[in-house]
Amino acid sequence: MSDKDRLNVFPSRMALAIIKTRLKGAQKGHSLLKKKADALTLRFRMILRKIITTKTEVGEVMKTAQFSLAEAKFTCGDISLVILQNVTKAAVKVKSKKENVVGVTLPIFESYQDGGDTYELTGLARGGQQIDKAKKSYGKAITLLVELASLQTSFITLDEVIKITNRRVNAIEHVIIPKIERTLAYISSELDERDREEFYRLKKVQEKKKKIKAQEEAIKRAQLAEKGGHGEEAPSIFDDFKDPDILFD
Amino acid sequence: MALAAARGKLIAVIGDEDTCVGFVLGGLGEMNKNRTSNFMVVDKNTSIGEIEETFKNYLKRDDIAIILINQNVAEMIRHVIDSHDLPIPSVLEIPSKDSPYDPSKDSILRRAKGMFAAEDFR
Repeated sequence: MSDKDRLNVFPSRMALAIIKTRLKGAQKGHSLLKKKADALTLRFRMILRKIITTKTEVGEVMKTAQFSLAEAKFTCGDISLVILQNVTKAAVKVKSKKENVVGVTLPIFESYQDGGDTYELTGLARGGQQIDKAKKSYGKAITLLVELASLQTSFITLDEVIKITNRRVNAIEHVIIPKIERTLAYISSELDERDREEFYRLKKVQEKKKKIKAQEEAIKRAQLAEKGGHGEEAPSIFDDFKDPDILFD
Repeated sequence: MALAAARGKLIAVIGDEDTCVGFVLGGLGEMNKNRTSNFMVVDKNTSIGEIEETFKNYLKRDDIAIILINQNVAEMIRHVIDSHDLPIPSVLEIPSKDSPYDPSKDSILRRAKGMFAAEDFR
C-alpha cells in the first residue's frame, strides 16, 4: 500500500464515517453506470444488426434504381442535362426527431414529400413510363437511405457515449474505489494504533496510582504505630483535599 | 437558418452523373437563392480539391442533414470523411454504377469492424 494513493484526510472517526458513505456512493454509481453501459450496448448491437441488413437492402434497391434509370435513358435519350438544369426546390426533405435512450438523445430522420414533382412533364414525348419507374425506384432508395442515415447517426452517437460510459465505469472500478478502500484501511489502522496507545497509557496511570496508595498506607500505618493507643480518629475530608499529581511527580 | 431547420432539411449528393440524375429525379435537388445546388456531379475531369471543397461546404451548411456520396468518390477524399466525426450531417456511402459496394472500405463499418462476423454481409 503506497502512502500517496489515498485521499488526504485526517484519520478520525468522523472522517471514517464520511469515507464509508463515499465508498457506498461510489459502489452505487458504479453499478448504475454499468447498467447504463449494458443498456447502451444492447441498443448498439441492435442498431448494428439493422445497419447491416439495411446496407445489403440498399445495395439491392440501388441496383434496381440504376437499372431503371438506364432503361429510361435508353427510351428517351439523354435526359440528364434536362434534369440537372431544371432543379428548383427539393420535393423530398428530411425531418429530424429525437429519441431518448438512457439519457442519450439520438436523432431519427424521417423523409417526407414537400411540394409537387418538378419533372412531371419530362419524357412526355417518349419514355414517360420508364422515367416514372425510375422516379419511383429512386424514391424508394431515398427512403431507405434516410433510414440508414438515421441508424448510422445513432450508431456514431452511441459509439461515443458507450466509450465515455465505459471509461467512467473503469475509472470508478480501478481508481476511485481502491483509493477509497486504501483510505479506509489507513484510517482504521491509525485509529487502532491510537486505541492501543490509550490503553497502554491508562494501564500506566493505574500502576502509578496503586504505588502511591501503597506508600500512603505505609506512612499512615507508621504514624498510627507512633501514636500508640490512640483510637481511630474519624477522617476529615479536608485533611488532604489536594489531589495528588499523578503523572508529573 | 433556424427557419430552414424547422422546414425540414435537405439531402446532398456527391457522385457520378447517373447517381446525381437519379436522385435529383427522385426529388432531392434544390437550388437555393445563391444559385448553389445541393448536388455535385463528379466526372473524370473533376479534381480532388474541388470535391473536397464541396464536401466541406456541405458539412458547413446547416440545412443539410444527410450527405450521400459515391463510394469511389469517397475513396478520393477518405481523409476528409474520416475526420468528420459529428453525428449531423451524416455521411452515407452508396454504391455507384461502375463500382460495386465494398463494405470493408466504409468509414462507419470499419469502425464497427470486429463487432460482427463477416458472414453477416452475404
